[in-house]
Amino acid sequence: MAEASPYAADALIPHTVEPHPVTGIPNGKLGIWLFLASEVMLFGALFSTYVVIRTTAPHWPPEGGLSSEILNVPLATVNTAVLITSSITMVLSWASLKMQNLPRFRLWLGSTIALAFVFLVIKYFEYTHKFELGHYPSHDNFYAVYFTLTGLHGVHVIGGIIVNTFLLTAGSRMWATEPERWCSWPCSVSRRSRSG
Amino acid sequence: MFVALLCLTAITVGVSYLHLNRPLAITVALIIACVKAGMVAAVFMHLLDERKVIYAVLILTVAFFFLVLFLPMFTIVEGSTV
Amino acid sequence: MTAPTTHGATTHAGGNEHSHDQDHGHEHAHGHELPFWRKYIFSVDHKMIGLQYGLTALVFLLVGFSLMMLMRWQLAYPGRPLGWVGKLLGENAMPGGVMAPEFYNQLGAMHGTIMVFMGIVPLAVGAFGNYVVPLQIGAPDMAFPRLNMASYWAFLPGGLLMIYSFFMPGGAAQSGWTNYPPLSVLTQVPGQTMWLFAMVLLITSSLLGSINFIVTIVQLRAKGLGFWRLPFFVHAQFVTSFLLLLAFPPLEAAAVLQLMDRLAGTSFFLPTGLVVSGEQLKVAGGGSPLLWQHLFWFLAHPEVYVLILPAMGIVAEVIANNTRKPLWGYRLLVYSVIFLGFMSFVVWAHHMFMTGMGTTMSTFFQTTTMIISIPSVIILTCFLMSLYGGAIRFTTPMLFATAFLPMFAIGGLTGLPLGLTASDIYLHDTFYVIGHFHYVVAPGTIFALFAGIYYWYPKATGKQMDPTLGKIHFWLSFLCMNGIFMPMFFQGMAGLSRRLYDPTIYAHGRAIQSLNVVISWSAWGLFLAQLPFIWNFFSSLARARAVENPWSATTLEWAAPSPPTHGNFPTPPVVYREPYEYSVPGQTSDFHPQFAGEA
Repeated sequence: MAEASPYAADALIPHTVEPHPVTGIPNGKLGIWLFLASEVMLFGALFSTYVVIRTTAPHWPPEGGLSSEILNVPLATVNTAVLITSSITMVLSWASLKMQNLPRFRLWLGSTIALAFVFLVIKYFEYTHKFELGHYPSHDNFYAVYFTLTGLHGVHVIGGIIVNTFLLTAGSRMWATEPERWCSWPCSVSRRSRSG
Repeated sequence: MFVALLCLTAITVGVSYLHLNRPLAITVALIIACVKAGMVAAVFMHLLDERKVIYAVLILTVAFFFLVLFLPMFTIVEGSTV
Repeated sequence: MTAPTTHGATTHAGGNEHSHDQDHGHEHAHGHELPFWRKYIFSVDHKMIGLQYGLTALVFLLVGFSLMMLMRWQLAYPGRPLGWVGKLLGENAMPGGVMAPEFYNQLGAMHGTIMVFMGIVPLAVGAFGNYVVPLQIGAPDMAFPRLNMASYWAFLPGGLLMIYSFFMPGGAAQSGWTNYPPLSVLTQVPGQTMWLFAMVLLITSSLLGSINFIVTIVQLRAKGLGFWRLPFFVHAQFVTSFLLLLAFPPLEAAAVLQLMDRLAGTSFFLPTGLVVSGEQLKVAGGGSPLLWQHLFWFLAHPEVYVLILPAMGIVAEVIANNTRKPLWGYRLLVYSVIFLGFMSFVVWAHHMFMTGMGTTMSTFFQTTTMIISIPSVIILTCFLMSLYGGAIRFTTPMLFATAFLPMFAIGGLTGLPLGLTASDIYLHDTFYVIGHFHYVVAPGTIFALFAGIYYWYPKATGKQMDPTLGKIHFWLSFLCMNGIFMPMFFQGMAGLSRRLYDPTIYAHGRAIQSLNVVISWSAWGLFLAQLPFIWNFFSSLARARAVENPWSATTLEWAAPSPPTHGNFPTPPVVYREPYEYSVPGQTSDFHPQFAGEA
């Protein structure tokens, strides 16, 4: 315990690391689930908008045709696969931490970030193709919904990149200062194996 | 797990090429999406063995999610038909 | 130090480690004094953040109040020049010293926005919640101190941007505080866009805060402090946080959609075939203006309870303390406040009865609206029963808290006719509505917030506020508040619409114009009534130190020194009993604090 943690002020606060005896979880876990709850409501309102606009529209898409013909199904399929794969790499990086394997954690988290970039690049090509056809969000509400909802999702992906990059770089210094907190205590393997 | 998610995605895409009639297509797509979301939450996000307090928060959220999803539609649709 | 395996060992080792870290933390805190900017500006201490929120919110309240005082001039004396004030505000806002109609609209929209989102919510939740909740539950700080700081630093830029929009070309937002489209989308001033940006920041701030409050209350309660031993104020803040958490995101989504409408030319809220100034609008159309109203009121009705629940919490604390009795029906109060929280999500469309919704849905929303009045009445009844038979000390906070009861009752009861479609058709958008919700929020919530300021001032500063000035402040405010809002009911029942730039253009408006003069002079009087408070607030800092626990209160915040030091409690407090053990038979003193062990 030679190095001082940059988060020493948190040491005052109970259950930052060790779970609360009644709820069985540390503070951060409850916090992140509450954040997800608010995200559910955010997207709930957006879906609600989509449902209202679509059910009140005489035709959908308004200019006729089929949505599957307007949107690029193969690209969207690839992007879905990218997203699913990034979920896997994210879980693997978490599992590596639990097994006290920092290099492997870095590998998997790095892959997650890379996949996020791949997703954004594919999205970029989808968007520019639509713009080339003159299909901007103002074209009609089909495009308005498409660009706004996928755009907000893109913003979330960018947010994920920022947070994960922090965890990969500056944040992972906590491995040295507060190992229990860093690997979301309790870790599965005794700390002796690391410090010995 | 990973394979299952990819398969479900493939089914969604495949179904879109069948050109089912619209209500059926939406139903199928929504069911598959819900199954996938449930699988991600349960396994990847470790919801299966999570503590009670988190279930409580999520049940509350789901209830309000359905409120914000459907009440505006009911009200607007009913309003536009009277 | 090995990683523990069994649960028993877990707690043990965790405890050891905790105390070790705590020493470490203290060393860190006391070894060297924090630099000025870390201690007072980018502070992570919940008490400093609470004070920052409180002072900022009080300034914003004064700003919002000033806007209203300007509007009252135009309403009392339509078209009369306003002398040097008019010159000060410039030719755009007040050409020739007479208020421009656009400027009047800006004042109206911004008064509502500032008071609700930048004044009362930050004061009730940001300030009192931050300062008092960790103390009342015996926690050293909030669960996420840096998140707490981020929450304030999202709020402040949001607030400043909102104020800044007055200085942009064309002025601030002017489509009402509810920002209804299509008007709000079609108003081509940048201030309208700024309103949306600022709202996104303010909403983000509240979201971060609410996550922090919930985690703090669930995880950081002191030993022995079960849910049924929490002070009612903490229960109120807990429910409030859930309302913020689940109701604010839809408004954030709606704000993003309206930004898209304004900036990217989409038509989420613009219907097909909209004709403006005789020309059909060149947009894609197909959107729904009503959708905005749904998303807005899905937030804004729970928001009403975000304003009132912390106020009820403060009133409960002050009443129990000053009647020297346990709160009557403590559990009933808690159940009511939880029920109120749930119901507040299913009443929102009673703001929209006039939008032509069908009878099924309007019956549904009428019913829920009538149901939600029941827990409110239960809460009020519990407070009244708490007064009964008490040896009441009429301290300044108690005066404000007792005045809250009839004021909130008037506000609540006048709401019932608005919740029923038959009477709402007549009363909708008249001054009656203004009178109704202001009775809930102004003499209701704001009085409770004043009670809180007077009650916890000794906690935050170690000094008592001057009681004589406090009583002057109370009685003048009480008089003026009623002078402002009571006549509005008569105006509304006479049919006078809200948001009118010049009420005398209508014959029925001219007939009751004298009431506007009464209201306006009461409003300016209310400003004078705040001067003793402002003076008292700052000059009391120079008073002699008050005794510890000057109100002889039982709750945990009084176990900490005044003002509490970093980490709040010298030793982690332990809770032995329920929150309001006043005048317990067989005790030597008339209060038995939660934190006092058996002698």
